[in-house]
Amino acid sequence: MERADYERLRWRCIRRALLELDIALTRFLDNGFDQLDEAQQQAFVELADMEDHDLWSLISGQTRSENPRYAPIVALINKR
Amino acid sequence: MSIPVLKFDAVIVGAGGAGLRSAIQLSEAGLKTAVLSKVFPTRSHTVAAQGGVAASLGNSEEDHWRWHMYDTVKGSDWLGDQDAIEFMVRKANECVVELEHYGMPFDRTDNGKIYQRPFGGHMSNFGEKPVRRSCAAADRTGHAMLHAMYQRNVKAHTQFFVEWMALDLIRDSEGHVLGVTAMEMETGQIVIFHSRATIFATGGAGRIFHSSTNAFINTGDGLGMAARAGIPLEDMEFWQFHPTGVAGAGVLITEGVRGEGGILRNSEKERFMERYAPNAKDLASRDVVSRAMTTEINEGRGCGHNKDYVLLDITHLDPSVIMKRLPGIREIGLQFAGVDCIKEPLPVVPTCHYQMGGIPTHYSSRVVAPQNGDPNAVVPGFYAAGECACASVHGANRLGTNSLLDLLVFGKSAGDSAVEDLKSGKAHRELPKDVADKAQARIAALDNRKDGANVHETRLAMQRVMQTHAGVFRFGNLLQEGVEKILEVEKAARQLEIKDKSLAWNTARSEALEMENLIEVAKATMLSAEARKESRGAHVRDDAPDTPEFPNGRNDKEWLKHTLFNPVDNSIAYKPVTMQPLTVEPVALKTRSY
Repeated sequence: MERADYERLRWRCIRRALLELDIALTRFLDNGFDQLDEAQQQAFVELADMEDHDLWSLISGQTRSENPRYAPIVALINKR
Repeated sequence: MSIPVLKFDAVIVGAGGAGLRSAIQLSEAGLKTAVLSKVFPTRSHTVAAQGGVAASLGNSEEDHWRWHMYDTVKGSDWLGDQDAIEFMVRKANECVVELEHYGMPFDRTDNGKIYQRPFGGHMSNFGEKPVRRSCAAADRTGHAMLHAMYQRNVKAHTQFFVEWMALDLIRDSEGHVLGVTAMEMETGQIVIFHSRATIFATGGAGRIFHSSTNAFINTGDGLGMAARAGIPLEDMEFWQFHPTGVAGAGVLITEGVRGEGGILRNSEKERFMERYAPNAKDLASRDVVSRAMTTEINEGRGCGHNKDYVLLDITHLDPSVIMKRLPGIREIGLQFAGVDCIKEPLPVVPTCHYQMGGIPTHYSSRVVAPQNGDPNAVVPGFYAAGECACASVHGANRLGTNSLLDLLVFGKSAGDSAVEDLKSGKAHRELPKDVADKAQARIAALDNRKDGANVHETRLAMQRVMQTHAGVFRFGNLLQEGVEKILEVEKAARQLEIKDKSLAWNTARSEALEMENLIEVAKATMLSAEARKESRGAHVRDDAPDTPEFPNGRNDKEWLKHTLFNPVDNSIAYKPVTMQPLTVEPVALKTRSY
């Protein structure tokens, strides 16, 4: 990913509406994101574009996405 | 280098609830209106507000704005200005109904009216019994509110500048506010927004504390800009705390956990609340629990490596009860504490939640500051609303659901006042010659400095000083030490260094600029708190205890007054609380008890 694209993504992860996502996404960017392949990185970009409550519901396991590309990324975000 | 100038009738900084509400007034009045936001509007922190918005609609039972006014004055511990409070509660119904007409999906009663639920501190008949006054949209009230208002703004042709960071307020030699300098994050380009009206709706600054429920975005940018422009900050010693945030993360653990049998324990595994509240124990009120937790930590009975948190234990509960009655708690423990609360207790600490003070405003949302002996002289061209402003309706403590009401009423009021002030068709005032010097100098200093202070380390140092020395329960000696320590941190914050010098999407630069705002708020908070030698509302001092002469430690003879912290010379002045409402008799002083 180009530097500017990554930094834009970073801003959109570290300045969320919900504190829960600030923490979870920042942590994933710092530990895990660079190990994703291009397709997985794109899936993460799409997840980061979601509304905050919807994304937190996915990450906290209260809902599941019908998009099969998201589940592995959500699992990695939750890998502690 | 010439700097582009964009001309608008009105520039609004911040696209949360207050910013979007004021923009509707301006754009619908046909004024050319810009809204600047660090993030996409529907990603503002207003999204996190779940509780609802207070309005005495009386849809479910009898209610009256005078009862709402009484509750708000009492909640404020009589520090709220009663003219502003009357203004807010009387405007509540109109603002909620307008929101309904914008398409806000409020919960409904069977007969189609807006459903209302009870909320702490809201009572009928002047404190008699709880009343259903909160209007909500499931548990996503703030989110639904932002969406409804954003759509309304799109319809009204408000121009949004998304992922732009405002840098500094522009004032001329006569003190008029003429707009802001701002930076487009995508390019790093600095632009002058030249306006006839400038409205700050930048939210709170809860990130000054180490433990905060606020999202990372709440860095007090409006307060920092106002302070650098010489505007004093009002009542900054008053911050609302919640007893149980996850230590180190701040994420809220609902009071329901203690309601289901959760027990607070210290490093000796002792159920310490038995000593502080023998009857209510862990279910004592928020302030009692927070104070007990702080005392345990201060006396060396905190847990962990730094002995800086206590434990919330639910390991004795049946796991099926935890999963059924406390959904999401296990995930919060796993995600933010690395603890499975079924097997181990959760680390918790009193956590900052809401800022009652801010940029001083009249209830018309015009910013006011002392001038020629008048403590409330209007700063021409400048308005503020929402958590960044201090009208003051929350006084020393805010009632739940009054924050969303605040941003609706005073956001609208800011828009209306600006429309009225611009009616005469006054032209844009001439920009000062050095208009962008300050902002450019800040950026250049960050880019050129070597051997300066690290942003993250400086922020952490500030947050630890604030948490330890100006937390939920305050001690005279700790506050005095805190003043020295925060002034030390300020020196580092004035010498920040960043490694990345890129123009485009330089998040390190953005965080450094935010840090320069945070330190203004932290300093104002510490010095204002040290100076106020009483307990009132959320400001509770160990050396101002509950006595017959001063119930709850409140001293109306000496301290029934607003603090004005002057950031230019770190001096403190005071101004009277407005005890006279607009049309009714004042709510007379009495001891605040529930």
